[in-house]
Order: sequence, then structure tokens, then C-alpha cells
Amino acid sequence: MSISVHHIAKRFGSFVALDDVSLTFPSGELVALLGPSGCGKTTLLRLIAGLESPDGGSVSFDGDDATRRGVRERQVGFVFQHYALFKHMTVLENIAFGLRVRPRASRPAEAEIRRKVHELLQLVQLDWLAERYPAQLSGGQRQRIALARALAVEPKVLLLDEPFGALDAKVRKELRRWLRRLHDELHITSIFVTHDQEEALEVADRVVLMNRGRVEQVGTPQEVVEEPATPFVADFLDLHDHGPAWLIQAKIRHRGFELRAIDQELQTA
Amino acid sequence: MSILRRHLLTRHSVLPGFGLALGYTLLYLSLIVLIPLSATFFKTATMGWPAFWHAVTAPRVLASLRLTFGASLIAATINGIFGLLVAWVLVRYQFFGKKLIDALVDLPFALPTAVAGIALTALYASNGLIGSQLEPLGLKVAFTPIGITVALTFIGLPFVVRTVQPVLEELEAELEEAAASLGASRLQTFRRVVFPAIAPALLTGFALAFARAIGEYGSVVFIAGNMPMVSEIAPLLIITKLEQYDEAGATAIAVVMLVISFALLFAINALQWWSARRTREDL
Repeated sequence: MSISVHHIAKRFGSFVALDDVSLTFPSGELVALLGPSGCGKTTLLRLIAGLESPDGGSVSFDGDDATRRGVRERQVGFVFQHYALFKHMTVLENIAFGLRVRPRASRPAEAEIRRKVHELLQLVQLDWLAERYPAQLSGGQRQRIALARALAVEPKVLLLDEPFGALDAKVRKELRRWLRRLHDELHITSIFVTHDQEEALEVADRVVLMNRGRVEQVGTPQEVVEEPATPFVADFLDLHDHGPAWLIQAKIRHRGFELRAIDQELQTA
Repeated sequence: MSILRRHLLTRHSVLPGFGLALGYTLLYLSLIVLIPLSATFFKTATMGWPAFWHAVTAPRVLASLRLTFGASLIAATINGIFGLLVAWVLVRYQFFGKKLIDALVDLPFALPTAVAGIALTALYASNGLIGSQLEPLGLKVAFTPIGITVALTFIGLPFVVRTVQPVLEELEAELEEAAASLGASRLQTFRRVVFPAIAPALLTGFALAFARAIGEYGSVVFIAGNMPMVSEIAPLLIITKLEQYDEAGATAIAVVMLVISFALLFAINALQWWSARRTREDL
């Protein structure tokens, strides 16, 4: 499903979170909303999900106006930075939640729910954790369970708010590659928010760079790196040529040996 | 076995002074709680089993016990429901005068219970502000078990509000947003996500309000009317017995109250442990 937002504006008191933003997210792509904190990227994501309502402008799904639809009707899967797993439920119950709260007429049978949950657990490669509680899982495992829970309701769109922000560097790298592979399998229109340019450039099909409630540039990772549209983009992606680096009177000690560098020029690799 | 091991492990805590702290705790609890309580049992033991049975099964005593525990249970239940509502409003909404209302909740703690009793009696008596409105409807509150329940509800309110409030404050809004994005209605979100998270705290508040109501004396005696068999609470009967120099008879009632209270609180604690256990990682 493709998503587009037209002339979206949102304020919180006197703070302008989004200022006349228009964007189109093509069907089946993995798009990153990238920018410094306070640039409005999370607000935009929450507006698309229906967790916030815009002060002006509209949101449409596949060309249909969805601005007035509540979060329940939008059929979006939302993944939170801090997982938001239900602590009193097992992993199995967490993933089954979206199916169990359906009206009786459209609710699958118990056996069907279990089959589906196990299918999703296999997809996120955590099949052995079904009976555990969220508190017994690591951060990376929790986020994968949160993703499985969001996918259980077969959403048309997957929205991820800084999905790897609470994880340590190593897990973050693993998990973002895993997300890329998962997206290649599922081809569900996905948007994720991040402030980490490396993450956005490595994972996304398309990057939206935002600053102070406005869109600075939209393009593939290659496009934004090779032709930054504004000074902000070049600055944020750290694309300036800083010239050679110098080690001046540096000492490096290792196992009793001492290495002394006196005004040594370093070559960038 | 695992409980024993856990207790032994506590000895190897990084903080020193476990022995001293535990010793002090036991001494303190003995002095403040156990010794006075055991004195009631010893005093009661002097009267012998048949006399004890005769004293506690007297119709007047049974009626007072039924009233005390019945009214306390109803009052704690009312507080459970409306205390939750008050806590919810105080946590979830911003409105003018919120701080004042928040302070108001603690008033039943601070007010001398006799003052509360007199105020309630003045309000609910047949010539009082509220009583005079209810009387034509055929509802007599003062000097009936209803009046007792009103007084017990009044003194128990802060317990539920103050135990539920902090838990509700710490509940992440994201949990409710996640539930909504998965298609849950407001009611389903409350029932399946919010309520299970605050249930242990609610149960604690309920237990505290209930325990307080059982022992309450000051605010009740004014509004109760204290008619034997109808509106005489057990704590009052104990005082009456003491005034008649029937000390053993008074402690006999006290022992029965203690045993029932302990059993009920133990049951509530067990329920709470069971509901909290599921969210903890190490048990």
C-alpha cells in the first residue's frame, strides 16, 4: 500500500513539529525518516499511524483519505522504541493479542491463532521463547517479538519508531540487517524513524532527511550521499571534506612497547 | 526449597549488616506487634475452651462480627471501584484545582476519626443536610448499617487512591497505543492491558482499606447508633465488655477478629503474590 501526506502541519503549543510537509511513500519500499531529535520525524510517523491528529493537511492510503480514521481502523503495525510489550502476558499471548481482540465474527479459531503465532515466531527466529515473559528476554529479542506482534494483524504498513534506539551497538547492527532481509521477504510498505545516518543509509531503499519540521531531501542512499541537496544534508551526513587528519605528539602503549608519532599524517581509508 | 536457598543467598549481599538489620527487625516487630497480640491470646486462654466458645457464639457477638466484616467488605469494595476512578482522573487528566483535589484525598487520614464521625452523623441524621433528603425516599442512613458503611468508606478512600496512583503514573502510554494499533477497543485495552498492570496495587489498596475498616471505631460509634444486634460493631462490643470488667470476654472477641482478619489478609496477599508473580522474571 502506498502512503502519501499532503501539506501536513502539527504544532505542540508554540513548538512547530511539522511545517507543511508533503511526501509520498511508494508501495513495498523501506523508507527511513532521518534527522536530528526534534526535527518532526517521530511526529510524522505517529500522524501516519493515527496516534496523533494533524492541525492541517491530510494523510491518504492508496489514494483514499485516511485523515479522519482512528488508529484502530488504519491497519498499521507500529513498533515502539521501548518495545511496549505487555508484561503480564507471555510472548505467545503478546503476539496473539491483535487476533484475540477482534470481534467474534472475524476472530480466528484458537488452533489457527496458535498456528499463526508459531509461524511468526519462526519468522523472527525465536520459536523457543513462546512461553516466556517479556522480562525474561534480551532487548533484541523483545524488539523482534514486538515486530512479530505488529505483523500478526497483517498490517498494510509497518511503522517503526527508532526500533533499534534502545539496543547496544552490536545488536543494533545485527538487527538492522535482519530487518532488511525480512523486508525483502515480506515487501510490506515500511517506514522507520532514526537519527543514525549509518543505519538509514545501510538499510533503507529511500531516505527522507528532515530538519525543523521540514523535508530537506528525499532520495536513495546513493543520491543523498552523492548529491546532498542542502548544506544541512551534507552537514548531517558528515560529507564535508575535512582534509587529512594528523596525529600530533601521540603516544600509543601496548604490552610494554611504546609507539611515538610525531606529527604523522593519517590517510583516510 | 528454593525459598530457603533464596533466603540463604541474601546473606551474601554486598551490603553489610544483614544480621544486625534482621535482628533489629525481629525485635521491633516482637515489641510492637507480636507481644501485644500474644497477650490477647494468653488472656483469652485463662477463660477455658467452653467459656470461650460460649462468649464468642453469643448471638450479639456473632451479629456484631457479621456487621463489622460485612460493612468493611462492602466499604473496601466501594473504595476499590471509586478509589480507582479518583486515581485515574488524578493521573490522566489535567484540570483546574487538581492539586487541591489531590490534597483532599488525604484528609480522611489526617482528620481525627471522631470529628469525621460527628460530621457524618450531622449530615446523615434525619434532620441533617443529606439525611433530610433521603428520609422521604425511605432511606435511613444514620444509626443503621448503611451509615456504618458510609463512615468506613470515608476513612478507607485514601488507601486505594494512594496505592494505585503511582502505579498508574508509571504505566507507559505506549502500552495503550500499542493495544489500539493492534485493533483493541478502549474497553479491551483497559480490561486486557491496563487493569492487569494495576491489579496488584488495587488489591493492596483494597486490603489496606479493608483492614483499616475492620479496626475502625471512632468514626463509626457516632453514626452507628450502636443498637445491639442491628448496628453494633465488634470493636464497640469489646469496649462495652471491658467497661463491664469482662476482660476475658473482650479479648475473646478480639482473638476471633484477629484470626479472621489474618486469614483474609493472608488470602489477599496470596492472591496478590500470584498475580504479581507472572510479571516477575526470577520466580
